[in-house]
Amino acid sequence: MQQEKERLDEQTMALRAVKEFQDGMVVNLGVGIPTLCSMYVPPEKEILFHSENGVLGFGPIITDPDLADVNLINAGVQPVSRKLGMSFFDQAESFAMIRGGHVDIGVLGAIQVSEKGDLANWLLPGKKVGSLGGGMDLAFCARKLIALTTHTTKDGKPKIVRQCSEPLTAPACVGLIVTDIAIIEVTPEGLLLREVAPGWTPEEVQALTEPHLKVAADLREMELL
Amino acid sequence: MPVNKVVPSFDEAVADVFDGAVLLIGGFAGPGECPSYLISAVARRSVRDLTIVGNSGGWGMELIESIRTRMMSILRFPADFVDPGILVEQGQVRKGILAFPAAPSPLVLTPFEKNVASGEVELELNAQGTLAERIRAGKAGIAAFYTPTGTGTIVEPGKEVRVFDGRPHLLEYAIKGDFSLIRAHRADRYGNLVYSGTSRTFNATMAGASTVTIAEVDEVVELGELDPECVVTPGLYVDRVVVRPTGGE
Repeated sequence: MQQEKERLDEQTMALRAVKEFQDGMVVNLGVGIPTLCSMYVPPEKEILFHSENGVLGFGPIITDPDLADVNLINAGVQPVSRKLGMSFFDQAESFAMIRGGHVDIGVLGAIQVSEKGDLANWLLPGKKVGSLGGGMDLAFCARKLIALTTHTTKDGKPKIVRQCSEPLTAPACVGLIVTDIAIIEVTPEGLLLREVAPGWTPEEVQALTEPHLKVAADLREMELL
Repeated sequence: MPVNKVVPSFDEAVADVFDGAVLLIGGFAGPGECPSYLISAVARRSVRDLTIVGNSGGWGMELIESIRTRMMSILRFPADFVDPGILVEQGQVRKGILAFPAAPSPLVLTPFEKNVASGEVELELNAQGTLAERIRAGKAGIAAFYTPTGTGTIVEPGKEVRVFDGRPHLLEYAIKGDFSLIRAHRADRYGNLVYSGTSRTFNATMAGASTVTIAEVDEVVELGELDPECVVTPGLYVDRVVVRPTGGE
């Protein structure tokens, strides 16, 4: 029934997530759709992107191989650009920043998010071995965690579930879920639907979500410009 | 006698790596920060039963070749890029203490993933920050520490849990290696090191965390040429320095 409804593409999801970042915030972007966020920061906004491998304050991802520098990469091993005010540090220092609560926002992809904000994102379906990477420390220790993910799996199953069946990255860590059809806040009273993608109704979002969604009194359509 | 930590060849630098040694291998996952020549030198030796400690267990030569030639990676992989995966492919590794052993795609398997599946290697999976701090603790003489990361997840079983400020923490132990193989940009004969950009990563963390630390560098400069205000790894952490071939690629 919903197949014809248009969902946000990955770039637009990243663009919407960037609206959560405030001037001066330190933001760490996980592998996948989250890394795209560094491409959509408006020039008047000053965000300091942190990457686990040891860099703070870098610029957008580089897409021209001739401009790529092997000594300037993000944690997804993508070349990124230099920016005034950036700094380099080692791995232990990088995680002192994360664990010590100095990173304001972590943005991570998700395999599942539960109604309590539990996140499962490290063991890819079908794999026997997974990589924890830096995501587990971020999920436990970032001041705010945003899960940026498609609302459903490729075969249409809800990714927002009552209880995660996949192994957890961290329990009760997600504060906000940004998907290709909705923005949902994790509250002590359960999930609160705050925004829907253009053309979507709360009922249609609920139909693709396992736990019950409370609809915010001031429910809005996502602003994407 | 003047102190001089520079050794003439990579083969000499790793000549005392022994069967069963614990190797802390620097780098992250890309070519710029990987101690490729030191890894190659270990791969030329017949040492076995190694424990490798680091972020990833490597792509291995097969995947590196495929990324280089077929995957049109924006980040170019130089011809001399070799990573810890070669040691896994050659059956030299018995165990890995790693944060990123699996390829980030359901369609690709790293050599380490394959060998875990076949039971040839043992995996001790760590959160990356916990791994970094375990190594830092090993360097700093701290026996163990408590971290909030990992409670209620796959890394908790078997670990002591203690509550601080109302929050559960896990007891994690320091890691001390036999050899740290690291990559830096410039060195002097005292072993002082500076890095280039994001190549600092696990390399600077691992310097001094093993009985012997060996640094692979682009260049050795005269004493005094490295600004003491800017030295990242003071030379006392470094035992041997080897220079990469000029124009390496």
